[in-house]
Amino acid sequence: MKKQAGLMLMIILALTVVLSACGSKSDNGANNANTGGNAGTASPDASEAPASKLKIGMATDVGGVNDKSFNQSAWEALKKVTADTGAETKYLESKGDADMEPNLKAFVSEKYDLTWGIGFLFTDAMTKVATENPDSKFALIDAAVELPNVESVAFAENEGSFLVGVVAGLTTKTNKIGFVGGMEIPVIKKFEAGFKAGIEAVNPEAAKALKINYVGDFSKPDLGKQAAATMYDAGVDIIFHASGASGNGVFNEAKSRKDAGKDVWVIGVDKDQSLEFGDEITLTSMMKGVEAAVYKVSTDLINGNWKGGQVVTLGLKDNGVGLPETSTKNVPADVLAKVEEFKQKIISGEITVPTE
Amino acid sequence: MNTMRKIFDKSSFLVPLVAIILGLICGALAMLAGGYDPWLAYSSLVKKLFGSPYDIGEAIRAITPLIFTGIAVAFAFRTGLFNIGADGQFLMGMTGATIVGVTLDLPWYIHAPLAIIVGGLFGGLWAALAGYLKAARGVNEVISSIMLNWIALFLSNYIVGTYLVMEGQQKSKPIHESALVSIKWLSESMGNARMHWGTLFAIIGLIVFYVILWRTKKGYELRAVGLNPHAALYAGMNVNRTIVTSMFISGVFAGLGGVFEILGVFGYQTVMAASWGYGFDGIAVALLGGNTPIGVFLGAILFGGLSYGSAGMSFGANVPPEIVRIVIGSIIFFVASHGLVKFFLKPFMIRRSNKGKSEGGGAR
Repeated sequence: MKKQAGLMLMIILALTVVLSACGSKSDNGANNANTGGNAGTASPDASEAPASKLKIGMATDVGGVNDKSFNQSAWEALKKVTADTGAETKYLESKGDADMEPNLKAFVSEKYDLTWGIGFLFTDAMTKVATENPDSKFALIDAAVELPNVESVAFAENEGSFLVGVVAGLTTKTNKIGFVGGMEIPVIKKFEAGFKAGIEAVNPEAAKALKINYVGDFSKPDLGKQAAATMYDAGVDIIFHASGASGNGVFNEAKSRKDAGKDVWVIGVDKDQSLEFGDEITLTSMMKGVEAAVYKVSTDLINGNWKGGQVVTLGLKDNGVGLPETSTKNVPADVLAKVEEFKQKIISGEITVPTE
Repeated sequence: MNTMRKIFDKSSFLVPLVAIILGLICGALAMLAGGYDPWLAYSSLVKKLFGSPYDIGEAIRAITPLIFTGIAVAFAFRTGLFNIGADGQFLMGMTGATIVGVTLDLPWYIHAPLAIIVGGLFGGLWAALAGYLKAARGVNEVISSIMLNWIALFLSNYIVGTYLVMEGQQKSKPIHESALVSIKWLSESMGNARMHWGTLFAIIGLIVFYVILWRTKKGYELRAVGLNPHAALYAGMNVNRTIVTSMFISGVFAGLGGVFEILGVFGYQTVMAASWGYGFDGIAVALLGGNTPIGVFLGAILFGGLSYGSAGMSFGANVPPEIVRIVIGSIIFFVASHGLVKFFLKPFMIRRSNKGKSEGGGAR
């Protein structure tokens, strides 16, 4: 027994030596890491900037920070905040629903000035943590928590969808348009309602024939492909999808039809999807300005304009939703002019876009 | 006493310890290669685990379901079955508890126990289904139980999304207060960490696991079937019934894990795109622990602790999550590969056993 203990002691000693050797060397290492920039903190040069020493944290949902969607957009916004103002920013990934609360709490206990929760999955965790810590500030994307220390950011998806509806209504040759939704939840219903209203404004006939399919999942490209195939078979030539990764299947189906010489289009969602799926099938996209929103709320805090306790809905007038600039490639100028005209009408309040 | 000595066998204690250390060194190398400070990272990991009452509580919360699924898998292993479906049984347990917790309105001393029992039964029956298919039709339980995982996932989603759903949300209505098993006073004293009675049940589960398998006649049968079903059959044991029983008990443990996640941690069930994977982590926990009660307990602490503490590494030392996963992966890799570690230990072992022979005679 004694020898065994001696052996363990030896191993532990060896480990300590190895690790402390690492420790002394790592002063350089840490610097490298920081200037590398991908480590999740402000680079030292930026924090030497005269501006604020505020700390802003962000907890991602299960998608992680490289999800090519809103978590990534939010983190890019925070990196920009660091570059512009020198505020310290950091993210934590949530591996499951259970991680969300501890992640928010980690930022609170380190006295971060603002903690972001990205996505509506954070609603419960944020309600709890924000109630328990009334002195800390929080911000939330895509959901509403009505507490004085939480700023909730939602988007007027219906307004942006209205504009892509206008594009679809004016572009369709067969007068048949399709909508593929993820889950039948309020936020996706907003896409559908706006899209339909947009088509109706320019092409009532096509609006009547609008085909709607909810595939029931945001992560099933095969279901998206099936839904798209059924629609294209029925003569639809433009599909707007609001179905996350299921929409990849819609693009896939459109690509194979296009290769076979058919004239079909897809309208992307959340970000400029023509960058990922190519201009030959992507007519335009309904972009959600997560990046702009995170940037705005964060810089508001830094500039002392923090409000909190409110639910901000970002629509067309705040550039919270809209069409990407690459739309000019496939959408004719006269259609874009029409889009601009409707955009002004929505901003001025002349048109109210329904939400359901 | 003999069993205790077997459990605390020298090499069964030394090998995992060396394995953890080797894993830590490997992880440190990965961090050095990436330009991060391993010392800071490991101290952040420890700080994340023990830094505050809240973190200790949350780490316990992360460990609890792994104990349950670890027992479930280990129990089945002991009887010669590979219960890869613990994940589905976990989900069925969650669903059973949610159904009782949401739809019924009973006094707490009936409601919570009923929810726990129903959830456990759901998990147990789900596993017994795979067991029955194996016993009656010779369907390999690996295939049937892994497929039942998917059925469980979408069946749960359907039940929650259709009958229990909260209007306009992707989750169930809240569980009635009377069915919740969280420990309020303990949570309050631990910075509002989500503490619940499930942890106590998990510990009891470990004892039950030990008692059933090693202290009852039934347990002897179960283990005999596990060691050699043909010999057991020859000895007059009902092998088929044993398979079903074993899967049922295994499923009850997995189901209880799910029950306490719902009744203790969340208080509602979401419509899930994918399962949380506790069932699959349970396989690793059971294997790490050599399918023994204490091994499962320690394995769950290691696995749950690392996965909870890993957030501290990203937070305190800015190690990106990808490298954190490499570090965790290398620790588990070494713990799981006994042979490799024994190879490293060989030189020490030989010297020690030689010496032991020359002087150890009197010690015994």
